[in-house]
Amino acid sequence: MIGITSYGAYIPWYRMNRELIFDQMGWFNPATAGAARGEKAVANYDEDTITMAVSAAIDCLTGRSRDSIDALYLASTSLPFAERQNAVIVSEALDCVSGIRTADFSGSLKSGTTALLSGLDMAKDGGSVMVCAGENRVGKPGSSQEHTFGDGAASLLVGNEGVIAEFKGAYSVSHDFIDYRRTTQERFSHGWEERWIRDEGYSKIIKEAALGLIRKYDLKMSDFAKVIIACPVAAAVKGLVKDLGAEPEQIQDSLLANVGDTGTAMPLMMLVAALENAKPGDKILVLSYGNGSDALFFEVTDEIEKVQKDRKGIGGHLAERSDLTIYGKYLVFRNLIPLEVGIRGEEISPTAMSVLHREGRGISALVGSRCKVCGTPQYPKQRICVNPECKAVDEMEDYSFSDKIGTLTSYTGDNLSFSWDPPQIYGLIDFEEGGRLFLDLTDCSLDSVKVGMPVLMSFRKKYSDPQRGYYGYFWKAVPVKQ
Amino acid sequence: MAKGIKNEIAIIGMGCTKFGELWDKSEDDLIVDAFLEAVTDAGIDREDIDAAWFGSCFDEVNVGKSGLALSKALKLPFLPVTRVENFCASGTEAFRGACYAVASGACDIALALGAEKLKDTGYGGLPDFGNLLGLGNRATFANMTAPGGFAMMATTYFDKYGLSAEEGKRALAHVSSKSHHNGTLSPKAHLRKEVSIEQIVKAPIIAWPLGLFDCCGVSDGAACAIVCRADMAKQFRKDPIYVKSLQIALTSGEELAHQSWDGAHVETTYRGGIKAYEEAGITNPREEISMMEVHDCFSITEFVTYEDLQISPRGKAIEDVESGFFDLDGKVPCQTDGGLKCFGHPIGASGLRMIYEVYKQLQGKADQRQIENPKLGLTHNLGGFPSMSVVSVGIFGNEL
Repeated sequence: MIGITSYGAYIPWYRMNRELIFDQMGWFNPATAGAARGEKAVANYDEDTITMAVSAAIDCLTGRSRDSIDALYLASTSLPFAERQNAVIVSEALDCVSGIRTADFSGSLKSGTTALLSGLDMAKDGGSVMVCAGENRVGKPGSSQEHTFGDGAASLLVGNEGVIAEFKGAYSVSHDFIDYRRTTQERFSHGWEERWIRDEGYSKIIKEAALGLIRKYDLKMSDFAKVIIACPVAAAVKGLVKDLGAEPEQIQDSLLANVGDTGTAMPLMMLVAALENAKPGDKILVLSYGNGSDALFFEVTDEIEKVQKDRKGIGGHLAERSDLTIYGKYLVFRNLIPLEVGIRGEEISPTAMSVLHREGRGISALVGSRCKVCGTPQYPKQRICVNPECKAVDEMEDYSFSDKIGTLTSYTGDNLSFSWDPPQIYGLIDFEEGGRLFLDLTDCSLDSVKVGMPVLMSFRKKYSDPQRGYYGYFWKAVPVKQ
Repeated sequence: MAKGIKNEIAIIGMGCTKFGELWDKSEDDLIVDAFLEAVTDAGIDREDIDAAWFGSCFDEVNVGKSGLALSKALKLPFLPVTRVENFCASGTEAFRGACYAVASGACDIALALGAEKLKDTGYGGLPDFGNLLGLGNRATFANMTAPGGFAMMATTYFDKYGLSAEEGKRALAHVSSKSHHNGTLSPKAHLRKEVSIEQIVKAPIIAWPLGLFDCCGVSDGAACAIVCRADMAKQFRKDPIYVKSLQIALTSGEELAHQSWDGAHVETTYRGGIKAYEEAGITNPREEISMMEVHDCFSITEFVTYEDLQISPRGKAIEDVESGFFDLDGKVPCQTDGGLKCFGHPIGASGLRMIYEVYKQLQGKADQRQIENPKLGLTHNLGGFPSMSVVSVGIFGNEL
């Protein structure tokens, strides 16, 4: 049996009420009034598709070994790097072993399900594959996409041991249907009329894939406990439900009202949400969209309950939120307006790639060392033990801090330091199992931070160097949400 | 333990420029001004100097690398000139080089000069650390500035000793307010204005809980000392000042990475102080030290230094601060010239500026700031962050 063996998800902490967008930009495009309902998830200034995929994958790997992963795929149309593989950054942050296949899947919003299908293909040969999809698309101010696009990520582990949702089959269609397009030179997509896309795109292409799968495996719509239609246009979904002969209660919530259109990640995030509430025996149909459509068919097994109890998933992340109430902050976070960063902000020291390579897992996976003589964890990796009572020489073993709980023993909110979201908050973290580290804090406000509060590690973008085409990633501390 | 340099070295001349935002002064101007005052004060010629040590920290916005800036500006006759850099202890480090050279017998007369031009960065505060803490650190270290690095010590101190933010900020405000008063009596100081406790507490926050007046001035300036063997000193002047101890302590790295450090004090100051008192033969610093110039880059730094130098008991600095113990008319006046807070902080010059004030006080030449009959003065520099620091402690006396 092959199929999904674990799941995880990530939704950024910030949510922006769409009425706020309409208040700011509705004067320019009153037609967006219809889209100005609910809220959308907004990645923090230090998040992108890579960091969100890492967070989703960490959720997915709760209680699991990372050593057994044979491949890691990352799907997105908003990958930070065009050259320098994005998936390998995720796999190194997760500290997966080096004998691993990594690949980016991009170019189409259905590349999330295509990556999943590729992972399942590898699982047939006995492999275990981490499939991540994340999206951090930016709609032009004044557009309807500014309202609909949301940020988030999902992660599915596929393989053949401990399968929680058996993969039963798939059917794919591909069409060069030019609803949206963007060249490699551009940041924003161009679209054709939305009514045309609704009628000729979503309605016909998703239907073709769904009917193809049903015929291929001799199924009926009523066989499915949940049908996932990853389509950001509610009217198109409504038409499809009718056309396919489904009942409204079979349709998995689209997350459009509280997360937004997460593109490539949307079908996978909806699948995670469906699995969170699934029962053994449930059949789930997944329908993606983007230059065609992939239809996938899963059946939930008895193993599902083992995974359901300790994942944060969609439900857990939806519950942890903070209102982003300043539209200007959103514009700054997404680099949509020129900002006076000051001379200090303009000073970006070059990054030495040879140092990054040499430090390797120390930077990418927050791996330090632990003294084999006295047991003291320490970061960064030391030759001579930092414990003043020990000071043993060359008695170190690798030790990972990224999965450890820390306590904030000191902090400040620094207005002098350059930050995209001042004040820059950072502090001294003492880990419960030993070791300490000064780290930037994120996803918190200064007035909520207290000495003694527990923190978790989160992989984030530490700095951007636009002149040299580089983003530096490292780990930050995030207060544990109560 | 080695016997140290107590009473081996005398300071026979010193100079110090006005500190401040000296837009119209170049490094050369500052170096020459400090030097001329010192050689005039010592009554020696340029040719009498055997070797020189030059302290500067941010060479990128300052004098550049090597000792050339000093040798060229002063037209020193092909002398050995060594540039030293040890963060905020750079000036004292230069002084130490000169003292050790004389103590070794390699030189009779040596020069120590510290200079810094910080105001050519284009922004407030110190130059951005960027890669200055190392290429690897840049990738991993928190996005920290100097005020933030020290502000965390205030957060932890308040938490450890049960002070509310208001109580803590008010205690720190006393520290800054006292230095502002002393600064008004100090003609060469950068900031010369009285500031009330209320103004300090309500000032804009730079790095919580530190506000604008908790932070020292960032300045341009230079200071200079000429030292010789103690047994030669009276040839040059009747009131030389003698070095009683000179110690430098650097972190072993344990504060950064081992949980034994409490974050509410500076271990290097404590260790450096112990070594300095031992070299000087001081057993009860609270009673024996007449005055201090300590490293008050931030009010919290001065505050914990009182405890780390064993002047105030742990957790009790607040009592001494509020009782006026460190005021100009207190038992151990501290920052009699305004300190880094108001005299200013051109990094490489600061250690020598502190020695300059101690020198003047011990000679009875501190004018309006003169304290009554001082015997021993202490200087203290702290470079880096509380968690990884370079500390120097010097003790000076007017009698052998």
